[in-house]
Amino acid sequence: MLKVENLVVNYGVIQALKGISFEVNEGEVIALIGANGAGKTTTLQTISGMLSPNSGKVLLNDVDITTIPGHKIVSMGMAHVPEGRRVFPGLTVLENLKMGAYTRSNKTEIAKTLEQVYESFPRLKERQNQLAGTLSGGEQQMLAMGRALMSNPKIVLMDEPSMGLSPIYVDEIFKIIQSISDAGTTVLLVEQNAKKALAIADRAYVLETGNVVLSGDAKDLLNDDSIKKAYLGE
Amino acid sequence: MGFLTYLINGLSLGSVYAIIALGYTMVYGIAKMLNFAHGDVIMIGAYLVFMTMTGSGMPVVVSIVISIICCTALGMLIEKVAYKPLRKATNLAVLITAIGVSYFLQNMALLIFGSNPISFTSVITWQGITLAGGQLKITGVTIITIITCLIIMVALMWFVKNTKPGQAMRAVSEDRDAATLMGINVNGTISLTFAIGSGLAAIAGALLCSSYPVLTPYTGSMPGIKAFTAAVFGGIGSIPGALIGGLLLGIIENLAKAYISSQLADAIVFAVLIIVLLVKPTGILGKQTKEKV
Ligand SMILES: Nc1ncnc2c1ncn2[C@@H]1O[C@H](COP(=O)(O)OP(=O)(O)OP(=O)(O)O)[C@@H](O)[C@H]1O
Ligand SMILES: [Mg+2]
Repeated sequence: MLKVENLVVNYGVIQALKGISFEVNEGEVIALIGANGAGKTTTLQTISGMLSPNSGKVLLNDVDITTIPGHKIVSMGMAHVPEGRRVFPGLTVLENLKMGAYTRSNKTEIAKTLEQVYESFPRLKERQNQLAGTLSGGEQQMLAMGRALMSNPKIVLMDEPSMGLSPIYVDEIFKIIQSISDAGTTVLLVEQNAKKALAIADRAYVLETGNVVLSGDAKDLLNDDSIKKAYLGE
Repeated sequence: MGFLTYLINGLSLGSVYAIIALGYTMVYGIAKMLNFAHGDVIMIGAYLVFMTMTGSGMPVVVSIVISIICCTALGMLIEKVAYKPLRKATNLAVLITAIGVSYFLQNMALLIFGSNPISFTSVITWQGITLAGGQLKITGVTIITIITCLIIMVALMWFVKNTKPGQAMRAVSEDRDAATLMGINVNGTISLTFAIGSGLAAIAGALLCSSYPVLTPYTGSMPGIKAFTAAVFGGIGSIPGALIGGLLLGIIENLAKAYISSQLADAIVFAVLIIVLLVKPTGILGKQTKEKV
């Protein structure tokens, strides 16, 4: 479904991605793990067209989307839950969710998706008229995820959805990611919480200073000694 | 009756400020920049009306429409040529560029139209109404200006709330990158904002010069600065704030002229602004920016 080939991204003289390649198949949950500054966010932003790479390719369902501007990617079936949630603070929860469906025009289908999102996130329904900026961090994360789902995506990119959340919220967020996957949506998940990410992922790639240094079955990586040392704190 | 006359004239002047202030406030809210060239688009708009209506004898409506279309195009052109390449530059660089564009427009007008003041023919021929047994006379320009301002405000608020491009404007003003992720074309939205602001500037130019019929290449700069003040006064970024700020500014200016001193009127206007900002730094309707990490 998604294929990244030899992606190189520079910020001025800093080379953030040094030619990474990986693949996400339909229906999979793929974890992308790595330390701070490894290039995880850069990877996701390049895939969704927020950044343009210096070289390399991004293919979505065999279509080259490398040079397609960011705002045209959503309607191709890809949604991106950005790092730091980035909800619209001055809009209500409901307005935020409707913004997620900006590229869709069929009102009855949008209403149906809204129902589904409210079913997955009952708390958002309770707070639908509250300003997003006044939600708690965990609620904002749910809103960011719900907003992404409003575009009815085939694949969702998530950038550290558990960052800064209390353990209860972290569990809830991972449960929701699992249910998004169960509903048939492909997931590319960037996480610092490697343990939880590997537990729900099918496969994973490990990123280190702009290179993919390890990849494989998530269960195998969970038992890999070097991974245990570096990312699982064991 | 004197007071009422000053008040109504103040409302009319304030309506012009409000229409201009909309351009400042929308561009600031959505593109996060101060477009100091906005006042000069008013002047260009007024010259266009003068040339087409008085110069070529076209009907008023036609010449205003031509002026709106040209100013809309001019605003989009300015944005594309001068500001878009600076999207990632510092605020200071953008501000200096805007001042440069302002001088460029004034000098271009000097070159084309010369520095001699033109006596502008009002676009409104209606004489207006006389009330209270002839004691209170309200001119047609005054009435039309106020009504036009209110119509524009209502239409714009409806547009922002109920249309897709309006929703896109709200999203872009909140968070540009997140808006892109929603599928919103940020560059297109910013361009549309300039288009609307500049089209309104053309209307403001025609109304302003109908009330104060002296047109020079510098006609736009003082009302531009005052309208910017009005936008800050009402809360920059807020559409109803532009209305309230503009009306208050016009009224204060006119009453100060009438009862205190016409030389000091501008100083009083700015003094009031400073007091308001001391009490409420975000302006009357300005939002306190609150963010959660
Ligand atoms: N806008 C930028 N300008 C310059 N350098 C940048 C920029 N954004 C990221 N970088 C650099 O690129 C590298 C990769 O950053 P990136 O944000 O992709 O890392 P990350 O893996 O997402 O880290 P984290 O886990 O801390 O979010 C880092 O060295 C970072 O300093
Ligand atoms: Mg990151």
